[in-house]
Amino acid sequence: MAFDSIEELLQETQQKPLWKVILEDDLHTQGISYEESWNKMQYLWDAMKSASQNYQGELTSVSGLIGGDGAKMQHLADTQQTIGGDFLADIITQALKMGESNACMKRIVAAPTAGSCGVLPAVLIPFCKKFQTSDDEIIKALYVSAGFGQIIALRASISGAEGGCQAEIGSASAMAAAALVSLKGGSPTMAAHACAMALKSLMGLVCDPVAGLVEIPCVKRNVVGAVNAVSCADMALAGITSAIPPDEVIDAMQSVGLSMPIALKETGKGGLAATPTGQRIAKKMKK
Amino acid sequence: MNLFDILGPVMVGPSSSHTAGAAKIGYVCRKLLGEEPTQLEIYLHGSFAATGEGHGTDKAIVAGVLGMQPDDERIAISFQIAKERNLKVSVHEIQLKQAHPNTAQLKLKGTHQNTVIVQAASLGGGRIQICSLDGLQTNFTGDYPTLIIRNTDKPGMVANVATALSMQGINIATMQLHRDIRGGTAAMVIESDQPIAQQAIEKLKKVDGIVRVVYLDG
Repeated sequence: MAFDSIEELLQETQQKPLWKVILEDDLHTQGISYEESWNKMQYLWDAMKSASQNYQGELTSVSGLIGGDGAKMQHLADTQQTIGGDFLADIITQALKMGESNACMKRIVAAPTAGSCGVLPAVLIPFCKKFQTSDDEIIKALYVSAGFGQIIALRASISGAEGGCQAEIGSASAMAAAALVSLKGGSPTMAAHACAMALKSLMGLVCDPVAGLVEIPCVKRNVVGAVNAVSCADMALAGITSAIPPDEVIDAMQSVGLSMPIALKETGKGGLAATPTGQRIAKKMKK
Repeated sequence: MNLFDILGPVMVGPSSSHTAGAAKIGYVCRKLLGEEPTQLEIYLHGSFAATGEGHGTDKAIVAGVLGMQPDDERIAISFQIAKERNLKVSVHEIQLKQAHPNTAQLKLKGTHQNTVIVQAASLGGGRIQICSLDGLQTNFTGDYPTLIIRNTDKPGMVANVATALSMQGINIATMQLHRDIRGGTAAMVIESDQPIAQQAIEKLKKVDGIVRVVYLDG
């Protein structure tokens, strides 16, 4: 990627829409045609939709601890008025379904990682239903999200082992927030602020998977990543900004990740993994 | 990282390194064997050994060796498919010296008694590295068209191969040379920008001093 910062990326958007700047930059990097790139993104979006449709509530993960929660949430939303309303209930349901499908060895789209695969589809699929958005508009938004993801990966990290969960769910949430703003017609600067606010809100989140598996608490953290994206996107669209500029927020996430103890970076040794119950589960898995 | 390193790959969960990368390792090993495998020994090291079972690392490797891609949902039932296709599988733990935490060693035997021993690492995001092949150190990913040439260690071999490739209009992207002992067996690993035609590979096989040529089409 030719951009080292969000600031540089935004400068390019005076002549061209944000999604196009990101797409064209990647064509150059990868040496592929516009059509190839677009078709690839369409394929990813189709794969997200199929993953949601192919969810099987009766499946359980290898450990036996994950499965069925997406179906439970859907049932609640189908049978009564939920606290957060239909849209929020749909987001929670989608995030759970995707995270569970991943844990149960179903086909998903890493976005940016497998552990955080639920965040983007969990906001995009309900958005499509609510606003009757076309595939083309969603694909443009996916380019926006990937562009912000690239800068986060460059300046910080998108790996839990390197930067904790803030780098996985935090990055996914920031990417989703930027995508939502662009879908609602917000400016590139608004998208950048949504991205920054989402990252700020999840900063410090540790990666503490029980038994080292992408199950507990990963599946449910997809929910918080998705819900956080919605609130940050709405704030940005209201004209609310991040007092700390987006690039500085990303750099702060990086330095927080570096100072995080190794026990809290995907080793399964700290946080929830180190609780008596977490350790009991890990022990049982070893047998 | 390019855009599709951030979004994608489409894969079977739960982990891009422990599942998708593992499937890819198996798939590349199948191609390196070059025939239908009948026997597979898997040795898991480091994090692959510690959390591999929960991440389906063993299933993913078996699936790859059976020819499945990382997005194939039959990964979950690959052991069953292996049985149906008469592939004998055994899984072991191993402690390797100075290896990446996500490393597997695979020993494969095929229907025509060909064998291959590969050590490979899963680097994250589904990307892999083949670290050794039949005891010789290597460093390639399987993402590009790759030629692995085994030859006797004598003068002129690199020139012969380079000439043969340039005659076909093939640009060498990267090239690595390895050997066990002076005058012993050497290996060239060549990654190219263009696919290499079967005809060119057949020509290479006839070059004096070349023992074996394996081609991965990337």
